[in-house]
Amino acid sequence: MSIISLIIKREFIAKVRNKSFVVMTFLSPLLFVAIAGFVAYLSSMKAETKRVAIHDESGLFVNEFVAQNNKDSEYRYLDLSAIDVQALKDSITKEDFEALLYIPKTISNKDLENKIQLVSNNSPSIIFIEKAQGIIADKLTKNNLEMAHLDTLAIEGAKAEVVLNLSKASGEESIKGLNEIKIAIGGAFGYLIMMFIIIYGNMVMRSVIEEKTNRIVEIIISSVKPFQLMMGKIIGTSLAGLLQFLIWTVIGLSLMFAASAFFGVNIGPTSRVSPEMMHVAQQEFSGTAQMYIKELWNLPIATILIGFVVYFIGGYFLYSSFYAAIGAAVDNQTDSQQFLLPIIMPLMLSVYIGFFTVINDPHGTIAVIFSMIPLTSPIVMLMRIPFGVPWWQIAISVSLLFASFFGVVWFAAKIYRVGILMYGKKTSWKELYKWLKY
Amino acid sequence: MSNILEVNKVVKQYGDYVALNEVSLTVPKGSIYGLLGPNGAGKTSLIRIINQITMPDSGEIILDGEKLQPKHIQYIGYLPEERGLYSSMKVGEQCLYLAQMKGLSKAEAKKQLEYWFDRLGIQGWWNKKIQELSKGMAQKIQFVVCVLHKPKLLIFDEPFSGFDPVNANVIKDEILALREEGATIIFSTHRMESVEELCDHIALIHKSNKLIEGKLIDVKRQFKTNSFEVGILSDNVEGLMFDITQKFRVGEANFKSLNDEIKLEIQLGNATPNELLNVLTKRGQVMHFVEKIPSVNDIFIQTVTA
Repeated sequence: MSIISLIIKREFIAKVRNKSFVVMTFLSPLLFVAIAGFVAYLSSMKAETKRVAIHDESGLFVNEFVAQNNKDSEYRYLDLSAIDVQALKDSITKEDFEALLYIPKTISNKDLENKIQLVSNNSPSIIFIEKAQGIIADKLTKNNLEMAHLDTLAIEGAKAEVVLNLSKASGEESIKGLNEIKIAIGGAFGYLIMMFIIIYGNMVMRSVIEEKTNRIVEIIISSVKPFQLMMGKIIGTSLAGLLQFLIWTVIGLSLMFAASAFFGVNIGPTSRVSPEMMHVAQQEFSGTAQMYIKELWNLPIATILIGFVVYFIGGYFLYSSFYAAIGAAVDNQTDSQQFLLPIIMPLMLSVYIGFFTVINDPHGTIAVIFSMIPLTSPIVMLMRIPFGVPWWQIAISVSLLFASFFGVVWFAAKIYRVGILMYGKKTSWKELYKWLKY
Repeated sequence: MSNILEVNKVVKQYGDYVALNEVSLTVPKGSIYGLLGPNGAGKTSLIRIINQITMPDSGEIILDGEKLQPKHIQYIGYLPEERGLYSSMKVGEQCLYLAQMKGLSKAEAKKQLEYWFDRLGIQGWWNKKIQELSKGMAQKIQFVVCVLHKPKLLIFDEPFSGFDPVNANVIKDEILALREEGATIIFSTHRMESVEELCDHIALIHKSNKLIEGKLIDVKRQFKTNSFEVGILSDNVEGLMFDITQKFRVGEANFKSLNDEIKLEIQLGNATPNELLNVLTKRGQVMHFVEKIPSVNDIFIQTVTA
């Protein structure tokens, strides 16, 4: 067995056997599911019904609000026009009601527009305010129309709703919300790369520091080249990481199947929606869903997946070489902070660029530039690929990434070589620069 | 070829700091070679170069007649001063791993390990983790790892540190046994009594330069002061002292004896021992007459402080 594969094997086994790895691997999906379940449970819980008192001196709106009681379970509107306004205000402070909507009697509808008051103890939610305003405005508009003797039904019927049919010059149809899906796919892959780099880069660093602090490194590098040790470490750790991801995927999928089977049984019989409505909804849904699915299949799936693998490998190796060099340069983890910042920065930057710039303008200058720069390209380019990127851009970006990968590995190996034999010395940037010349 | 290792004018610089300044050494086959020097003299730098951990800036190294090259890693066993093991790995696995790195096959490594574990009486440790062992126990494992692949050249940097006297003796005997089997041993230590006991050749490096090298006995001859320790029983001390100081330089000596002798250290200068004896026998009974051989410790201190 060649030496480097020996190192890879040891690193892999050391990582996988580690208790925290086992715990992380099997506990975090459970934790994730538990949190997701908890959130789902919270949001499925019926919010407490809030009582809103309506004192409508105009008599115009109260019925509109009361009619809402059937549709809206969150708020319960009570017609309390008969009770004195001041008394109602007092009872709010005693928290009998969430709020009081006071509509005074005015001479004209115009006057009414800014005379209506909403009194409450706590600041009311924006959604509620908008809703109340909407109901009042609709009714007022309708009333205005009627007063002008216009046929409200005819006007209602004359209203036009326009939906733009999006399509590309190449003739493909397109649908709304597709950009969001594209960025979600690219973003998910990009985010995965970022998480992997941070988690496993750190592991590489810790493993280097461990060898340095327990002084085994001198024994090892009397048998192997520091470069071999570094590469073996990086590869071995990444394999452990991939195994973890694989296990997560398997656990995740089986939990998803289990969950859908479990809920599938529960939802069916208790559903109160009538069969016909279900049918219609299903048809409607499947129509749009089919379009989305069709669109998804039109995405450059092969390019996305190949791109993911290529950028994943390039990005991970690029960054973990940095992590290895940092691990070699410091004596313990607390000292590593000053060197870690410049590594985290481009990672964060690329995620931000992805979510803010790429989604707005996937082929704009900023997006293109950052999908070329090796430190950001693994994430930014992956986010751009679903939008269709000319192959030459990918070619440049990938070759830059791998060229700089070899450069960084060379640079990191130099620092690593010197650093692992330096004990008990605080390292500065200046020191690192000196090591490059040794 | 009678030399296992030849170091020719090796220079190593770290930035502006010169760690080794044209250092040359010759290590004969089958010797136990003491590499001495104060802290920071450049010993570790030199050892690292021999182990190909770092490269010299200039100069060359000949191992067993060939220019030093990567395959030679297998011929060398190195026990560094700063040594450790993976604390959470099991002893057996760890030894197998390190042995395979030195080019042994897994089966061969296992065979050798069983032999050594048996020999040192540590069979039960195979499945223990290093963190469960004491420091001395871990040192034993490191020793085994270092000698496992039957290297021609063994480099021990402070091999006895961390051992109790019993285990230090066990290791010492093993080192001597390895030499009997044909290995050459380079031995770096600050414990001069071990050098005295084990080494037949020494070299002293100080401030990046080699100052002394040679057979231990030759070095001692070179450093001898031609003085004798004398113990004499005399009734006329004043007369004795008068006679001696006429011809020789005298100092006080300190050695163990049974009688109440006058203990002196006398420098002969150009005179012969018999001339001194003639003076002494006239004035009293000579109980003790020994040439003073410089200890390695004396040589070390004298050279370094000069």
